[in-house]
Amino acid sequence: MGKKIQDTVLKRSAMATRDAYGEALLELGQKRKDIVVLDADLSGSTKTGKFAKAFPDRFCNIGIAEQDMIGTAAGLALSGKLPFASTFAVFETGRAWEQVRQTICYSNLNVKLVATHGGISVGEDGASHQATEDIALMRVLPNMTVIVPADALETTQVIYAIADYCGPVYVRLGRSKVPPVMPDDYKFRMGKAFTFATGRDVNIVAIGIMVSVALEAAKILAQEGIDAGVINMSTVKPLDTKTLLNVAKTCKLIVTAEEHSIVGGLGGAVSEFLSENHPVRLRRIGLKDAFGCSGAPEELMKHYGLTAKDIVKTIKETLNQ
Amino acid sequence: MRMQIKNTRKKDIPFLKKQAKLVRVEILKMLTIAGSGHTGGSLSAADIVTALYFSKMRHKPDEPGWRERDRFVLSKGHAAPLLYAVLAMAGYFDISALKTLRKLGSPLQGHPCSRVLPGVEISTGSLGQGLSVSNGMAIGMKMDNIWSRVYCLLGDGEIQEGQVWEAAMTAAHYKLDNICAIVDLNGLQIDGPVSKVKAIEPVASKWAAFGWNVIDIDGHDMKEILDALDKAETVKGKPSVILAHTIKGKGVSFFEGKVEYHGRAPTPEELEKALKEMEVHG
Repeated sequence: MGKKIQDTVLKRSAMATRDAYGEALLELGQKRKDIVVLDADLSGSTKTGKFAKAFPDRFCNIGIAEQDMIGTAAGLALSGKLPFASTFAVFETGRAWEQVRQTICYSNLNVKLVATHGGISVGEDGASHQATEDIALMRVLPNMTVIVPADALETTQVIYAIADYCGPVYVRLGRSKVPPVMPDDYKFRMGKAFTFATGRDVNIVAIGIMVSVALEAAKILAQEGIDAGVINMSTVKPLDTKTLLNVAKTCKLIVTAEEHSIVGGLGGAVSEFLSENHPVRLRRIGLKDAFGCSGAPEELMKHYGLTAKDIVKTIKETLNQ
Repeated sequence: MRMQIKNTRKKDIPFLKKQAKLVRVEILKMLTIAGSGHTGGSLSAADIVTALYFSKMRHKPDEPGWRERDRFVLSKGHAAPLLYAVLAMAGYFDISALKTLRKLGSPLQGHPCSRVLPGVEISTGSLGQGLSVSNGMAIGMKMDNIWSRVYCLLGDGEIQEGQVWEAAMTAAHYKLDNICAIVDLNGLQIDGPVSKVKAIEPVASKWAAFGWNVIDIDGHDMKEILDALDKAETVKGKPSVILAHTIKGKGVSFFEGKVEYHGRAPTPEELEKALKEMEVHG
């Protein structure tokens, strides 16, 4: 990747994607009067509280009742509104999964599910509040689009993009601050991956917080003479198979990196596609069929093997096999 | 051929009684052709849904998306044959489509699907979700100053679902007086009497405790149904629920009160017998 790009990017400060969501929603709410926001008693944490304060007449707190929130969002969509429903990812996709399936996806309604607290970077609250299966749960649903932005800049663009798209969308955001990674002039396009660089030896396909970790890993690998590329596959569904196929054809190894179970998420999606279309050596970085636990976010990233060093180690071991 | 809607907006009780009988005949016929489906709960709510579509509700069958229409949400989605019969008779689609119920490629899915059939407001079938959707519709309408109403039909077994009570709280909290829920209290669910499977009584005081205006009626008395629907509309500041006491399988003597006809279709012989009893030929 160009050094110049990275320099300007680093001038932006680290910001949690949930904070970017709160700002974007507030801004968009001024332009789009059809937007209605729903939350399930977590508006302070999901950052929908900002919208609620500015547009109290277009905000519905449904209380601690996620299933009801999803149904209510569906009804609002049927009344011609553009509902954004937010809570923690584990509740939005887990507690209310069948409501999302039956009412939102089966009926193909224009409801935006924007969940925060995805992954183990939630930290101290522990496994009950860390969604590590949400991408798998949403990806399996017909009509659903699944997006995991990598940083604040991308999050803002994703929120604008999904407001202009008609159909169910799930957006997974995080609690912790993430460093800026996307170029200043980046333009998010649904279903289009962003390639930072392609590597002749290995390409790391990452999402969310793991994009910055993958970029760090690529730097270390470069120093050790391994040519590594990094791809931000922010739209997990529909997967950018064109980009994936192109890089798979020109390298020795594909590595997926996500703050999610290695089962059914990005790793699952990439494996499914490549094994059918271009079998290539592949390693999945993520939670190895395990629940999260309490701890500081950075401690947990180490504990579950989600650091740049872990990625480097996996890649070197695999390439040397 | 599209039939013209006969929405009299009047309490033409003899006409509505006749319509309800025709609705029951269509239900029995389509279920017999399909060979499977839910007979008992379609028949028990036939008078209520007939009253809604042929008298109470403002709707335009030739313009299903009309913004100012009253909405009907069949939360007890297994009563799909009832909804299909009424929609077809109201003119939403050709009545000949009823014989395609549950067949491959038919818009008349086993449980209603809004994506494929005009007039179906929302896909249902998984119980307990319709009232939440109705709330969302009602909130949206209020935001736009559309003074239409939302009618949501629930089963009595269905109210064992926790989401119903989440939604009940939401409707009261948001003072959704443009919602009228109707509970079809036919007393039976698949595994047996509701009181034996898991008792729901006292139903009236439960809804009242959740902040609803409660109206108790005989769900087969057309006048009581119409009066209750009108009365519900006059209550402001809170949602209304009509507790309609009904008989499962109503209209066919040998189906009435029989739990085995919850999820079973009539045989051709039973259909013939039923039509004879109802004094309908063909």
